[in-house]
Amino acid sequence: MSEELSDGVKELESMIGEEYKYGFTTDVEYEDFPKGISEEIVRELSRVKEEPEWMTEFRVKAYHAWKEMEEPTWFNATYKKPDFENMLYYSAPKKKPQLDSMDDVDPNIRETYEKLGIPLEEQKMLSGVAVDAVFDSVSIFTSFKEKLAEAGVIFCSMSEAIKEHPELVKKYMASVVPVRDNFYSALNSAVFSDGSFCYIPKNTKCPMELSTYFRINNMESGQFERTLIVAEEGASVSYLEGCTAPMYDENQLHAAVVELVALDDADIKYSTIQNWYSGDENGKGGIYNFVTKRGICKGKNSHISWTQLETGSAVTLKYPSVILKGDNSVGEFYSVAVTTKKQQADTGTKMIHLGKNTKSTIISKGISAGQSNNSYRGEVKISKNATGSKNYSVCDSMLIGQECGAHTFPYISSENPSSSVEHEATTSRVGEEQIFYLMQRGISEQDAISMIINGFVKDVLKELPLEFAVEANKLLDVKLEGSVG
Amino acid sequence: MLEIKNLHASVEGEDIEILKGVNLKVNAGEIHAIMGPNGSGKSTLAKVVSGHPEYEVTQGEILFNGEDITELDADERAHMGLFLAFQYPVEVPGITNKTLLREAYNTIARANDREELDPLEFEDYITEKLDVIEMKDQFLSRSINTGFSGGEKKKNEIFQMAVLNPVLSFLDETDSGLDIDALKVVSDGVNKIANSENAIVMITHYQRLLNYIKPDHVHVMMAGKLIKSGGFELAEELEANGYDALEKELVLNGEAQ
Repeated sequence: MSEELSDGVKELESMIGEEYKYGFTTDVEYEDFPKGISEEIVRELSRVKEEPEWMTEFRVKAYHAWKEMEEPTWFNATYKKPDFENMLYYSAPKKKPQLDSMDDVDPNIRETYEKLGIPLEEQKMLSGVAVDAVFDSVSIFTSFKEKLAEAGVIFCSMSEAIKEHPELVKKYMASVVPVRDNFYSALNSAVFSDGSFCYIPKNTKCPMELSTYFRINNMESGQFERTLIVAEEGASVSYLEGCTAPMYDENQLHAAVVELVALDDADIKYSTIQNWYSGDENGKGGIYNFVTKRGICKGKNSHISWTQLETGSAVTLKYPSVILKGDNSVGEFYSVAVTTKKQQADTGTKMIHLGKNTKSTIISKGISAGQSNNSYRGEVKISKNATGSKNYSVCDSMLIGQECGAHTFPYISSENPSSSVEHEATTSRVGEEQIFYLMQRGISEQDAISMIINGFVKDVLKELPLEFAVEANKLLDVKLEGSVG
Repeated sequence: MLEIKNLHASVEGEDIEILKGVNLKVNAGEIHAIMGPNGSGKSTLAKVVSGHPEYEVTQGEILFNGEDITELDADERAHMGLFLAFQYPVEVPGITNKTLLREAYNTIARANDREELDPLEFEDYITEKLDVIEMKDQFLSRSINTGFSGGEKKKNEIFQMAVLNPVLSFLDETDSGLDIDALKVVSDGVNKIANSENAIVMITHYQRLLNYIKPDHVHVMMAGKLIKSGGFELAEELEANGYDALEKELVLNGEAQ
């Protein structure tokens, strides 16, 4: 970490004053739907995507379920409600999205990913990372498919999976996050446009990191993608998602569903670097990031780990959770949530202990600056049968400046006396004294802040795959640029 | 080396003056001691000289090697070789002593067009400096002051001083909270660092420290001013009679305000 830190610190000097640098838009022709949502729209969406009957029915059922549900209001954030009747539910670049080679990708879109630092040509990519690029509603390109196929790994867009691997999709989709789980999961189930599907067969260690890069471009479209990762017995995989969006004055909705299934002895590590546009300093514009992420440790000795670095979005409501069903299974949640300007984040996790000797660890670091509001909300539930289970939670908050807020809402329930739950929480302020101390040693103010922040989040960032840890450090530096002083 | 002229300072944004016209001159090779009762402005003086943003200089100037540093930021002053050993060293969790010191050392080197040390060279350099305060090398990989005992924190300040090799050091109550053994180690460390090219200003409440680090000049501070200066005998006098006696004497002579 210290080596990376000094690199990050140096990098910082060239970044002074840098704004959100992913805020550009790409000029592409869209195939759009009429605005608004209805059964007809849902059926039309399914038809355009050439989906089988069972999928259409799944969507229509979800749509009717959603119609009856109320938009939730229990979280610690206030915002203008999305106008569901004025939103685009399908928006795809006009060129045919199913591509056989890179040459078929719209050059504008290809250039977009280049600018984002995600070249789609395999030879230019980080070696050892396969990418599924999702542009607005559709998967544009998935790299290294053949290499993965040799190992028996399926990594493709969700649209393709529905057609090519219907038995797997039918078996696992909505098995972790039921359609009616919540308002946004129901909406997503009705109108999801694409996403990634990964399947790791028995006793296979996925030969490379898998990643999906989400980009919202169209101003009026919502983004509803679904990711499903299944690790069979003894399989293991590490998956990373990244997200950016252009700067618009209007809010855009991103309501994804991510489901992870780990069978006996399987291991899934899911990392997120979320950097959606967060709105301007007056709170205008930005993404609503209302995402349902849940994993189930279905088999014994299975392991699911969520690591997230949340820096973007105007409003984030997100609780990546683990259901620990298999005996001896392990769930982990490592989170850094950074809010600046007028951002609001209500994020945390749920660890539901059902099996015996299950263990969970929660390490949450919240950093609030500007006039932002940052809440940790976590639930640890130990059921009657979860004998010998353990949870350990740490929730630390750091405040920068006087106008921001940090809140912690832990919910703990244990029905099994042989189990233990430990919760620690601290709140600190990046003080003038800390900054002065480092500056007195010769460190510049920006580097001092960067050091303090890096020290604070170290326990979480070390969980990120190495390729992304450096990126994460840089992102933090840029994000908190000028927050103090 | 250091020349403070008629320095007035107050807390930024408040109208309460804490330093009310301090004059002080420090030359290379000298060790000074500033003594005084609580609240006399000793620590404030050290902070103002090193550029703490909480204070505002309202009058007077601070010259360091001939340059007016009154308006410079703390890091710029550090680059010129100014060091403050804190009365209450600050904890910075997650960043090791070694990381801080390498960053600090190289930043200062860059600012002075001196050669930076790469991680391996720095490792050798810093390990050698551990002897100054008789610490083990685990000390290097611990987070800055985090979970340190009071004594360890003070030792860490002197260790940092040894590594950064400053031209002028202010030691703000470095002796407070130290037991006799630790006091000896810390004092020995300071004595090893002191040479004919650098200077040290100790701020202390008690004479105890001065038995270990012998000052050339002793100053007494009261109510925001240095009211009396002398040699080592002044410290002895204070120890014997207390600050009250000195204050009374000055009032009689019409010297105190």
